[in-house]
Amino acid sequence: MTNTEPAVVCSGLVRSYGERRALDGIDLTLEQGQTLVVFGPNGAGKTTLLRVLSTLLRPSAGDASVLGSDLRKEGWKVRSQIGFLGHQSLCFGDLTARENLRYHAKLHGIENAAARVEAVLEQAGLSGRGDERVFGYSRGMLQRLAICRAVLHQPQVLLLDEPRSNLDPAAIEQVEPLIGAASGRTRVVASHDPAGGLAEADLVLGLRNGAAVLLERAAQATTEQIRELYR
Amino acid sequence: MSTARPPSTLSAARTVLYKELTLERRAPQTLTAMALFCASAFVIFHFALARNEVEGALAAGVLWVTLTLAALLGIGRSFVADREEGGLDGFLLAPAPRISLLFAKAAALLIFLLIIGFFAALLFSVMLLGPTPDGAQWASLALLILLADLGIALVGTLVAGIAIQTRARDLITSILALPLLIPLLIAVTKASEPLLSVGGGTLAWRWLALLGLYDLIFGLLAYALFDYLIED
Repeated sequence: MTNTEPAVVCSGLVRSYGERRALDGIDLTLEQGQTLVVFGPNGAGKTTLLRVLSTLLRPSAGDASVLGSDLRKEGWKVRSQIGFLGHQSLCFGDLTARENLRYHAKLHGIENAAARVEAVLEQAGLSGRGDERVFGYSRGMLQRLAICRAVLHQPQVLLLDEPRSNLDPAAIEQVEPLIGAASGRTRVVASHDPAGGLAEADLVLGLRNGAAVLLERAAQATTEQIRELYR
Repeated sequence: MSTARPPSTLSAARTVLYKELTLERRAPQTLTAMALFCASAFVIFHFALARNEVEGALAAGVLWVTLTLAALLGIGRSFVADREEGGLDGFLLAPAPRISLLFAKAAALLIFLLIIGFFAALLFSVMLLGPTPDGAQWASLALLILLADLGIALVGTLVAGIAIQTRARDLITSILALPLLIPLLIAVTKASEPLLSVGGGTLAWRWLALLGLYDLIFGLLAYALFDYLIED
């Protein structure tokens, strides 16, 4: 049965760290297949929003759902449907790339895990160095491996925190089918690149001090509006 | 196209345990540190007590204080890779049952503690122990090490699970673990005493039963609490 629910719904979403509100009443709806790009200066709440949507952090107040599943009550259901790419690769330095991906594949219960691991390594251009321990990887290679990990279980929704950081132009092109618009997945992307972010967005969210100060369809938003967030 | 179905608790625990053992095999920091600690502690006890040999209650005390403190090293390191390399987030992002992490971490810690327990017991018998235990006494001591290490592994994983969510995690591990381990330490020391005495003795079954009860209580407690501890 096809799930026709919106990909992401936030209603009055709040996340606090002690007294400080890192997210302060976010309301948004993102339809399936769309891309939401989140802009905002450091500490604006972009990473917190992604971590809440990934179920790593619980909302302090308000509601949020992914593909119709409530994040608080049905986190287990959400986890198999999201792919999260954060600032860390979430891979172990003393394991090889293949071992890391097989580990994550097993935790996701992927059938035919070995073939899937080979497929993503090939797509990311890492298959030739898949048997090397990860601690010897450059930052760019580590980012490509993290992308492999995030898409390994073929999630419907991708939560990407500055996904192209540390990647050279060739690598960006290489991983585009995995995490770009061509992947056909719903995406929530945190970005600091106004022009690039706007180009791939269907919806734009601007955060400042945890509050949504800009929420526009990409066609209506301008790079000037986005740059204004950083002033 | 590959399909996915959330793994069972056993399957996820096996996956995490295999990863834990592979990491330790590749970089054997925990076992090395614990083994060196035990050897150093026995040397220190040798000079501090000004004795070439110990027996009875003193021998049991020296052996189990050393093993308990060595265990703290293992407990403190049990979530290090998960904290520093994001392994805990990686696990939490998967649809695997949370409790499988407890089983895997406790099993890994138990394996390390057993290796160190038997190594330390042998080293202790060579370096400090006066009487020479017979086969039956060694078997009883092995049973005590197994039961005590099971309790330490359960408490240690529970405490490490609490500590990883805090900023003062290194302090929290020792501050919480040691008081919780006192009943275990008393029971295992009392149970070991006759086995390490001149003339030998048999295992004190009531202390053994207390150890078993301790393991059961903390096993149930860890099972009930662990999910809540590792979630945000």
